[in-house]
Amino acid sequence: MLLIPCPWCGPRDESEFHYGGQAHVPYPEDPSTLTDEEWAHYLFFRDNPKGPFAERWTHTAGCRRWFNAVRDTSTNEILTVYRTGETRPETSEPRPTVSAVSSHAGQHDPARPAFEGEAVQAGQRGSGGGSPQGTGTGRGGGGEETQPFRHPTRGRIDRSTPLTFTFDGTEYQGYRGDTLASALLANGVIAAATSIKLARPRGIFSAGPEEPNAVVQIEEPFPEPMLPATTVELYDGLVATSLPGQGRLATTPDPARYDAVHTHCDLLVVGAGPAGLAAAAAAASTGARVVLADENPEPGGSFLGTAEHLDWVQQTRERLEAASEFRFLPRTTVFGYYDDNHLLAVERRTNHLGAAAPAHMARERVWRIRARHVVLATGAHERSLAFPDNDRPGIMLAASARTHVNRQGALPGRHAVVFTTNDSAYEAALDLADAGLGVTAIVDTRPDPGEWADRARAAGIEVLPGHAVTGTEGGARLTAVTVAPYGEATGRRQFAADLLLVSGGWNPVAHLFSQSGGKLRHDEALGTFVPDTCRQAAEVAGAASGVFDLADALVQGAAAGARAVAAEGYTPRTPSLPHVPPRPTPTPPMHVYVVPGGPAEAPRFVDLQRDVTVADLARATGAGLRSVEHTKRYTTAGTANDQGKTSGVLASGVVAELLGVDISALGTTTFRPPYTPVSFAALAGRDRGTLSDPVRTTALHEWHVAHGALFENVGQWKRPWYYPRDGEDMEAAVLRECRATRESVGFMDASTLGKIDVQGPDAGVFLDRLYTNMMSTLKVGMVRYGVMCRPDGMVFDDGTVLRVAEDRFLTTTTTGNAAAVLEWMEEWLQTEWPELRVHCTSVTEQWATVALVGPKSRTILASLAPGLAVSNEDFPFMAWRDATVAGIPARVCRISFSGELAYEINVSPWRALALWEAVYEAGAPYGITPYGTETMHVLRAEKGYPIIGQDTDGTVTPQDLGMSWVVSKKKRDFIGKRSYARADTARPDRKHLVGLLPEDPGTLLPEGTHLIAASVLPAPPVPMLGHVTSSYRSAALGRTFALALVKGGRDRIGERLYAPVGERLVPVTVASPVLYDPEGARRDG
Amino acid sequence: MAETTPAATTALPRSPLSHAADRLAAATRASRGAIRLAELPFLTQLTVRLDAKGAAAEAVGLALDLQLPLQPNTVVRSGELTVLWLGPDEWLLVGRPGCEQELEGRVRQAAGEEPVSVVDVSAQRTTLLVSGPRAHDLLAHGCSLDLHPRAFGPGRCAQTTLGRTQVVLVARDEPRAGFWVLVRSTFAGYLADWLLDAATEYV
Repeated sequence: MLLIPCPWCGPRDESEFHYGGQAHVPYPEDPSTLTDEEWAHYLFFRDNPKGPFAERWTHTAGCRRWFNAVRDTSTNEILTVYRTGETRPETSEPRPTVSAVSSHAGQHDPARPAFEGEAVQAGQRGSGGGSPQGTGTGRGGGGEETQPFRHPTRGRIDRSTPLTFTFDGTEYQGYRGDTLASALLANGVIAAATSIKLARPRGIFSAGPEEPNAVVQIEEPFPEPMLPATTVELYDGLVATSLPGQGRLATTPDPARYDAVHTHCDLLVVGAGPAGLAAAAAAASTGARVVLADENPEPGGSFLGTAEHLDWVQQTRERLEAASEFRFLPRTTVFGYYDDNHLLAVERRTNHLGAAAPAHMARERVWRIRARHVVLATGAHERSLAFPDNDRPGIMLAASARTHVNRQGALPGRHAVVFTTNDSAYEAALDLADAGLGVTAIVDTRPDPGEWADRARAAGIEVLPGHAVTGTEGGARLTAVTVAPYGEATGRRQFAADLLLVSGGWNPVAHLFSQSGGKLRHDEALGTFVPDTCRQAAEVAGAASGVFDLADALVQGAAAGARAVAAEGYTPRTPSLPHVPPRPTPTPPMHVYVVPGGPAEAPRFVDLQRDVTVADLARATGAGLRSVEHTKRYTTAGTANDQGKTSGVLASGVVAELLGVDISALGTTTFRPPYTPVSFAALAGRDRGTLSDPVRTTALHEWHVAHGALFENVGQWKRPWYYPRDGEDMEAAVLRECRATRESVGFMDASTLGKIDVQGPDAGVFLDRLYTNMMSTLKVGMVRYGVMCRPDGMVFDDGTVLRVAEDRFLTTTTTGNAAAVLEWMEEWLQTEWPELRVHCTSVTEQWATVALVGPKSRTILASLAPGLAVSNEDFPFMAWRDATVAGIPARVCRISFSGELAYEINVSPWRALALWEAVYEAGAPYGITPYGTETMHVLRAEKGYPIIGQDTDGTVTPQDLGMSWVVSKKKRDFIGKRSYARADTARPDRKHLVGLLPEDPGTLLPEGTHLIAASVLPAPPVPMLGHVTSSYRSAALGRTFALALVKGGRDRIGERLYAPVGERLVPVTVASPVLYDPEGARRDG
Repeated sequence: MAETTPAATTALPRSPLSHAADRLAAATRASRGAIRLAELPFLTQLTVRLDAKGAAAEAVGLALDLQLPLQPNTVVRSGELTVLWLGPDEWLLVGRPGCEQELEGRVRQAAGEEPVSVVDVSAQRTTLLVSGPRAHDLLAHGCSLDLHPRAFGPGRCAQTTLGRTQVVLVARDEPRAGFWVLVRSTFAGYLADWLLDAATEYV
């Protein structure tokens, strides 16, 4: 959500504003002196530059002021704002693009060397030991017999809380703290899906949201499709099934509640891993408002997967939670990064409780976070390699296997082979071996793996340098791995294994950074894309920035957090950081995408979720595609609901190899929100059902409901449509209401009409310019109908204008246009005519209006307002009077939208029900009938009164409506006047509003029906003469009729036209639009 | 007035949220002090428009025994009268019920010959009291403004949106005393429903 700085109210969400087009296009001094071409240029031509552009905006939902803004149309950045009447200031420079990756211990930042030095020295309280924690934190005992792949001690699961769940019809046991994936692994289940196109068995591949394979359907307690089993927290009674690549939506309404919250902070830290925790720790103790969000149930990030420094995590968490303005959001995925540091996150609040979720608690909550600064500590995803048959269940990312073992004590297999291109898999292999998993061999593509390989050998693991995996075997589970010297056909060896751990390198999770507008660069040393520069106030820290050394990441995170709050005026403190023991000297990774060797016919999968192989990508490049955006769309690689988290860079690497170009030149596909799938229900929040859109009701609404009204939606209003009596359908009810009103008396709730108080010495001048007819000559106490047009001469709105006093008018607008008309008035007043001393104020709700209509209306009014002289002479048509009606102070207008004698009685809405009931009672002897919008429409249509927006569509002039009389010839100018001299508005074949009488008086034409001249449908293209805008049955006429816009319609009166309805051509006769009482005899009663 | 019908004269005025009063009270009780929701009906509300730099501004201020707030989105109080900045030449006067005419007279008299617009808008909006320790959290479910006391403390007001309707928010004078939410009368039913739904976890 863009922030627009209102010159008065300051920065507000863009949704509070309306756009007003190009600024500094003044209304011509004297339009009558312009040529048609010059006038057309003013009306229709605007600049459309790339770059800074001066525009008009209005703060609609705030102070209602119009102002100017210079916006860069290529970046959407608002460069400056200034008040109307001020000259355009020198535009400030666009926000600078700066590096989003701060320095860390390895690259000192001269601006803050002291802090970083302190930080490094500060943290001496870490776990102390360098070796992975072999024993974990879980308590032993229980479950091993039913969960054969459960480690006896490792994992952060609660072994005292066993949980029962069902997967593919089989019941299993797991523990609180498990994910569905880890619980399945502990039960020896790794195959969790079949692939979408090839139906190959697929296994759990990862331990997080990047999971491409194990995407399951939750069946109970509420059906939910396509959830990665690696992110589903286990609960008692969970029922899930594996999916063949596609899920099923629930067919019953979701009973859960969903919620949204806005929050603001000085610093948002995304990711509570080492770098994110360090950033939060540096910032939160200062008193700054800090939000830390993490997708997991607890902080720790990668430490949870390695079981290192968990004591530091716990201490840091306690310190953070003691800070007054700190908020930790667990189970919260920040999924979108938008303009002006606006980020959206979804918090999963009760999903993990299963059927025990409290009903009153929102299941998910969308956080709308506006952050002064953002630290993205989103970590990295391990990526795979394209080798033959690289998709069998049992093939898993190396670090993910380690995570399953350390977080949940779930062993993904018994006998593993490790296949890597870099150092990181060694750490995983050593830790897994320590946990008791048999690691048969480490296959390293690098010829000289260095110190890590020595450590592995010392632990009794065979290391095969300069080797690669060239094939796998197995069915429901991997059974064997074939290995050969890298790029060579000979020297193959086969290992029996039920687990193949793969590491093709690491991709920083740059999704949010990229969404923020940040640019990535290819890091040659890391062999991946890392964040580079950004125009928003964001920094990237830790693995997300390409810093994979733990000590560096911690320092970098702390520094980023400190910088953010220092920029807001807080004094950052140095957080305690864990001591990180020295690690073996790193050996650079080898950049491998497609692994050479192995059977040519075996598939090498790139995108597991879409079943896209190297061969598929080769077909794409063979077809001439040269961009990853194109190969993505050609092959669908990266388009599944995992959005290619593990496969995107791999696909880029494969395409680069196929094209023979460098991957750095090829880049990645675009990252777009959401980072992970978000349900529509969560996005809708509470804006659904009756709260999906405000329902506006009048003060009389309850009466209408009590009297059986059916309602019509008019904008956001609920208006009584008609009041059916026992057994009546709409047609019968409306005919009855029409008849009663024309023959005796009816009444309706007209409160929804917009009302605007126009006050000030220049009010008359102002209205003369806005309306096509003259308003300044109106006498106090009188009412005039008026039409408002746009500068192009097309009708915009109509209504009545009351002159309340010399300097005060009350104007009414159509129901749906009230806000637009007020905004229109303000725009002209504030931007074009600031010299006019006039103010406009909405008073729509200040008055409730009861229309009393029909020959008996005068009698009833007289009985209710004995002090009011009601005779035609004393109270003529188009006059208004203040009076006391039924004891209530009222303003009574004698106006008519039906052609009948009629009054509109305006009172305070606080008294409206009393008035309405008094009218009902006083009218009872005359059979007074409440009527709704449908009857109103029929009555007005019988008189040929147009409804703006129904009989017009923005292309209709007053003259087209046959209302030349409402267009002043005396006024020098008014909005729209010049356009009536344009050739286009004078064309004889313009569409005119006319009446239509179907030949069969019982045939009701559907509104929108086209009209043609021929009695037999000619071959297309059929010349269209116009269309039906309104169509009704008339009680007064005893037949159906319609209003229509017809080319040259007024010259066709009496002509026969045809209306294609279904397969028939319905003959109709063009008539005057005034079909009832053309003499106007009924107006005065 | 002598011959008016008895039914009408005895009928009490009905406020826009009279039909929701019970539900608002029930939510207030159920929250055990966390939130308080109530309509403050029939408050006098006048829109006053005048040139902030002209003579009328000072004169009207004197007549009201306060200075019209000139800082955007601020409030000035004097006795029972609250004056809200709504725009650079626009204020909303909020007073006890029933003093519309007296207040309008005072403003017009003070302005004298200076151009001033005064419009009675008492029924245009109704006022909701949203207070209690969770008031700020409750509004944050649907208001994008920063309502933290650091940013929106006593003396602040704002025209903005809450849920899907426009409102005028006023921070009440005492710290933690919550807010006035002024809402167009015909949107009040929607807003009451919205607030009660958003309050589900606090009651």
